[in-house]
Amino acid sequence: MSSDLLRATAAHPTTGSSPSRPGRPTARRIVRLVLSYFVLGLGGVAILMPFFWMLSTALKRQEDVYKFPPEWFSSPHFANFAEALTLVPFYKFALNTATVVSLVVLGTLVSCSFAAYGFARLRAPGRDAIFLLVIATIMLPTTVTLVPTYIMFNYLGWINSFKPLIIPAFFGVPFYIFLLRQFYLTIPRELEDAARIDGAGYFRIWWTIMLPLSKPALATVMVFTFIAAYNDFFGPLIYLTDESKWTIAVALSTFTGSPRIGPQMHLLMAATTIAAIPSILVFLLAQRYFVRGIVLSGITR
Amino acid sequence: MTTTSTPPRRRLSMRRREAIACYIFMAPAILGLLLFAIGPMIASLLLSFTEYDMLSAPQWVGLANFQALIGDELFHKSLRVTAVYSLVTVPTILVISFILANLLNQKIRGISFFRSVYYLPTVISGVAVAMLWRWMFNGEYGLVNTLLDKIGIDGPNWFQDESWALPALIVTSLWTFGSTTLIYLAGLQGVPNEIYEAAQVDGASRLRQHLHITMPMVSNVTFFNLVMGVIGSLQVFAEPFVLTGGGPNNSTLLLPLYLYRNAFEYLKMGYASAIAWASFLIVLALTLLVFKSLPYWVHLEGSTEERNR
Repeated sequence: MSSDLLRATAAHPTTGSSPSRPGRPTARRIVRLVLSYFVLGLGGVAILMPFFWMLSTALKRQEDVYKFPPEWFSSPHFANFAEALTLVPFYKFALNTATVVSLVVLGTLVSCSFAAYGFARLRAPGRDAIFLLVIATIMLPTTVTLVPTYIMFNYLGWINSFKPLIIPAFFGVPFYIFLLRQFYLTIPRELEDAARIDGAGYFRIWWTIMLPLSKPALATVMVFTFIAAYNDFFGPLIYLTDESKWTIAVALSTFTGSPRIGPQMHLLMAATTIAAIPSILVFLLAQRYFVRGIVLSGITR
Repeated sequence: MTTTSTPPRRRLSMRRREAIACYIFMAPAILGLLLFAIGPMIASLLLSFTEYDMLSAPQWVGLANFQALIGDELFHKSLRVTAVYSLVTVPTILVISFILANLLNQKIRGISFFRSVYYLPTVISGVAVAMLWRWMFNGEYGLVNTLLDKIGIDGPNWFQDESWALPALIVTSLWTFGSTTLIYLAGLQGVPNEIYEAAQVDGASRLRQHLHITMPMVSNVTFFNLVMGVIGSLQVFAEPFVLTGGGPNNSTLLLPLYLYRNAFEYLKMGYASAIAWASFLIVLALTLLVFKSLPYWVHLEGSTEERNR
């Protein structure tokens, strides 16, 4: 079953192609162009509407939130952000989140690229069978492993610590191992052979050749991991019991029920906006890697 | 790879050294596989035959949990809710993503800006998105009802209304189609341009090009997105948990939510494991079905190129 998935998504040298097709009448081209912009623009406005609404509410004074018809951006009230941040120990949540996310990203990058090198470049009996098994677990629903994993962490005394969230990341994530392996397969073997002749061992080849050359793929993995870890809700929800250990995602989910914020929509939306900012920033910074990383990884071929 | 000239003894030791290195490099993944996939899977299966509240030792109860599942009204409801949710979100997201990816695959000015815009909701999905949509669907002051009011429709109190909570949850999920679109986009960029040029020479219309070139050429991407979509839709948790908590009257009780309740609210670890395995078997059956259908609609490498040249 998984061999079919592998075949359907197997590695393949990427054929770059430009989607623009020559030889069309200019008038039709212009019509198409205008139509494209129109549809993309309209869809874009529709997609972004909830964000505008969130931001608009975040900037309102309490008495204006329930005004009808709504005023979108009249007299922005920036003090809401400061108020939302001080009503809860936000810096504490941010620090917790930063600790967890940075270690998860580090662990994932190191373990996945390490394993991917073995799978991509070194030969050993059973390697491909192991690889298939690892890849097959991409399709394993997390719900199946959830209960025993929780019991295991409970047994180890890791509940209410960051360990259950961080340590698994150091044991590789199948999807990213796959992505990096596909990338390593595209790196010319001659580079490795040259290094071998110069006396470099496998570990050195991984560290000084594979890692630097795979920066775009690593960046892709980094962004995906950051966003997944930052937005993760289920893990922190079940493993972190003390409020002082909470991450932003868990803290945010309790805001409506919290006596400190209660149903004050403007503060709630201010907090939500603040919570969304790190993901958006990371995404904007790494945006150019996204499509490229996916294309290069050959995931779709 | 095909060196036969090297003396056999040296080759063997080189090979052996390479194999040892290979195992060392694979070690984290192998350990991860055992500790976080295969091990827990077996443990989960065993637990599903027990009663276990984490306080006293697990009691072997045989098939009792599964028998209880058969008679569990809430489990049935949860299955129905999940089925509706998946049947609506997965195909809708596939269609939207395919069309959008084609639009986003044009070489026009500012296209990367649009790509970012459409991917943005996916980036912040989770609790923040749930909070945002909770406000969007607010019965009295939410944007959705404000807009509906403008065209003379009196919108319901979405997440508090038994018949509207699931549709509202589905809309929330439809908003995050970004990953599917991105994977389609990557697939589209892998389609060789010469095929389109050849089709143009033959006078094929744009629609025909879409039907007979683009769609078959990215059918493997569709397959990938379909499988991942099905698996993903059966694991959605943050949005229903934050938006409705499964209510009203369990109308949004997706399977993971029901599992969470049993495991972490009622501490019925054995029963929760049985739910996990039941849903796993369903996913497995669905995935196998998709795989079985593979030869009928997915063009594997080679066949398409020969046909189009």
